Amino acid sequence: MEKEGSKEIYQNNSVKITVDKEWCKACGICLEFCPQKVLAADEGGKPYPVNLSACTRCGLCELRCPDFAITVEGVEGKKDV
Amino acid sequence: MKRDIEYYLRREAFPHIWCAGCGNGIVLGAILRAIDDLQWDKNEIAMISGIGCSSRITGYVDFCTMNTTHGRALPFATGIKMANPEMKVIVVMGDGDCSAIGGNHFIHAARRNIDLTAIIVNNMIYGMTGGQYSPLTPSGRFGTTAPYGNIDQSFDLVKLATAAGASYVARGTVYHIRPLISLIKKAFNKKGFSVVEIISDCPISYGKMNRMQSAPEMLKWIRDSAVSSKVWENLSEEEKKDKYVIGEFLDVEKPEYTELYAMVVERAQKLEVGK
Amino acid sequence: MSKLKGDIELLQGNEACVRGALLAGVRFFAGYPITPSSEIAEGMARLLPRLGGKFLQMEDEIASMAAVIGASIAGLKSITATSGPGFTLKQENLGFAILNEIPCVIVDAQRGGPSTGLPTAPAQGDMMQARWGTHGDHSIIALAPSTVNEVLFLTIRAVNLSEKYRTPVILLLDEVIAHMREKVRLPLPEEVEIINRKKPTVSPEEYLPFKPEQDGVPPMANFGEGYRYHFTGLIHNQKGLPTTDPQEIDSLIRRINDKIQANIKDITFLENYSLDEARIALVAYGSVARAAEGAVKLAREKGLKVGLLKLLTVWPFPSEEVNRLAQQVDLIVVPEMNLGQMVLAVERAVGGKCKVVSYSRVDGELITPLEILEKVEEEIIKK
Ligand SMILES: Cc1ncc(C[n+]2csc(CCOP(=O)(O)OP(=O)(O)O)c2C)c(N)n1
Ligand code: SF4
Ligand code: SF4
Ligand code: SF4
Repeated sequence: MEKEGSKEIYQNNSVKITVDKEWCKACGICLEFCPQKVLAADEGGKPYPVNLSACTRCGLCELRCPDFAITVEGVEGKKDV
Repeated sequence: MKRDIEYYLRREAFPHIWCAGCGNGIVLGAILRAIDDLQWDKNEIAMISGIGCSSRITGYVDFCTMNTTHGRALPFATGIKMANPEMKVIVVMGDGDCSAIGGNHFIHAARRNIDLTAIIVNNMIYGMTGGQYSPLTPSGRFGTTAPYGNIDQSFDLVKLATAAGASYVARGTVYHIRPLISLIKKAFNKKGFSVVEIISDCPISYGKMNRMQSAPEMLKWIRDSAVSSKVWENLSEEEKKDKYVIGEFLDVEKPEYTELYAMVVERAQKLEVGK
Repeated sequence: MSKLKGDIELLQGNEACVRGALLAGVRFFAGYPITPSSEIAEGMARLLPRLGGKFLQMEDEIASMAAVIGASIAGLKSITATSGPGFTLKQENLGFAILNEIPCVIVDAQRGGPSTGLPTAPAQGDMMQARWGTHGDHSIIALAPSTVNEVLFLTIRAVNLSEKYRTPVILLLDEVIAHMREKVRLPLPEEVEIINRKKPTVSPEEYLPFKPEQDGVPPMANFGEGYRYHFTGLIHNQKGLPTTDPQEIDSLIRRINDKIQANIKDITFLENYSLDEARIALVAYGSVARAAEGAVKLAREKGLKVGLLKLLTVWPFPSEEVNRLAQQVDLIVVPEMNLGQMVLAVERAVGGKCKVVSYSRVDGELITPLEILEKVEEEIIKK
């Protein structure tokens, strides 16, 4: 995991998940509805990937996050960095 | 080219004021993704809202924005669109904002078929004022002003908008996020009055009053009560209770108001010359 | 009605209002029909499209006021017209326009009230509604013509003042002024002074929509011109975003008041009739000022030193001028078609420097010159 300001970046060679710890309000939506159960809650209820390699880059966590706090790069149709 | 969502946000206004898990943020994301797909120019977009939690949406986006008075967003937007028909005008309202205090404005905007997109964030409650029932609270549900259960019938906005004269009417949910983005995109592209009602979650006001303690719980409820039109048709009245139908309900072509008014101008000027 | 300018015409007050607005550059009207203002909507419906402008009949007055604000923000000079019941409905969004500093003009052709009242009878019962109808601390500009010619010119002034000070301006007619016909010489367009809202001179990145210049007025970019920013009915900072910072709140509320008060000289229009050497002054406005003028003539014939101060600007109240008058005269009589509304402002301005009496009529009938003279004589005897 790398840190960039309030952002925590988790990466392997196919996917990069970024969680903005300041914007995240620990609502639990991304964890609950991840089809692959990639995410788990830290002690503050905010997500981090426990199973990054299972991520299919479906992008649902990002699309449903009410706080623009989680992004997934490598998702089809989305700009790769 | 796809852009990061942050390109459309007023970053300095974040984090936003909405509660954890509030559907307003999901709706905001869906609207911005639809706009991004359409590659609209930010300078041409006016986003207008009324008053309520959901209406705070306009403070967060980098467009020409207005957080107006309670229920009045549509007539403000009507003035903007008439004055400058080139602008793409999006109106975001809460269920109370749109259907109670703004109900008359809603049916008249639809009747004119003016080229606006009305997005109604239907969390079935007055969120901002703390959970009083709204005209879209289902009968039998609870609000702080319906402590013994709501005895009012609720509006069906889809039918209301259709009967009043809209060109495009759809209903989506914050759970069904990809279809929601498509519905919004179609509404944006529609010439005429387009309506997208979005079933959304308010875990704080609606959830607490109706035994759903968390946002994920509410989203599951939204997921499990939504049915497609096909399924809906075959449900009995009893089965329809506590369910709602999602999808597209109206998509027609008919004369749009600013275009009709341009013809009025033409007619008036011809008469003037003829004199 | 096909010619728009340069002629002498017999016009109704409401028609003169339409002509004045169009001459001043108004290109948007939204309204809802109500007596005695409907001829303004009808005139606008006919003439605006000829000039490429837009007319909208909305579902009510709340919506009309909203549409007018929206159109102004999108760059068209905008106006609406109504009467008491509709004026009440406009108050909500009038407040929005005041707080957000939106140029627009609201015409209120007053009729008897409260409520539906007397639809076809004159009254001046909305003077305080014009001043304080919308909630919260605010300043307002309100003008009150007493002839059809003044309707024309004050409508132009109203539009100009709204643009100059980025504020709504109220034009207070009454049923008599709205419906009477008088000869008016329509000015040529080149004779009409037109003031347009100040535009930003900085780039969109640097633009702060609520940052005032020296005169207290912020330049205004229209929607669609490349400046993206926010309007809100919440108290906002210079960026236009909601704030709860006590200093930012205080400075905004004071500024939207001060920008009017500090420019009161520029905003005030008054007319004097026979005030030199007068010992008694009438202070009047609207159709009552016509009777007051008549009363002055009658009094002078009798050798009574009576004069008239006619208020064309009623708000902000010209306190300085009225105070000066109080130092000259022994008595001020304020005839009004209400139970004494502007007389309160007169008393406040006079501050005990002379006697102030009110003469009221609220029966739907006009005040006559003779009545005013009788009131003056009655006061003379009392002394
Ligand atoms: C004229 C007026 N009446 C009442 C209110 C108080 N008020 C603010 S928000 C609101 C209800 C909002 O509910 P809804 O439109 O459903 O939006 P939500 O907050 O649920 O997003 C009310 C009644 C107001 N601001 N203005
Ligand atoms: S992209 Fe899809 S699979 Fe990957 S973490 Fe998000 S929801 Fe789970
Ligand atoms: S959905 Fe967003 S706000 Fe909610 S827990 Fe996940 S990252 Fe945080
Ligand atoms: S009260 Fe409800 S609608 Fe308002 S921000 Fe909280 S969750 Fe959202």
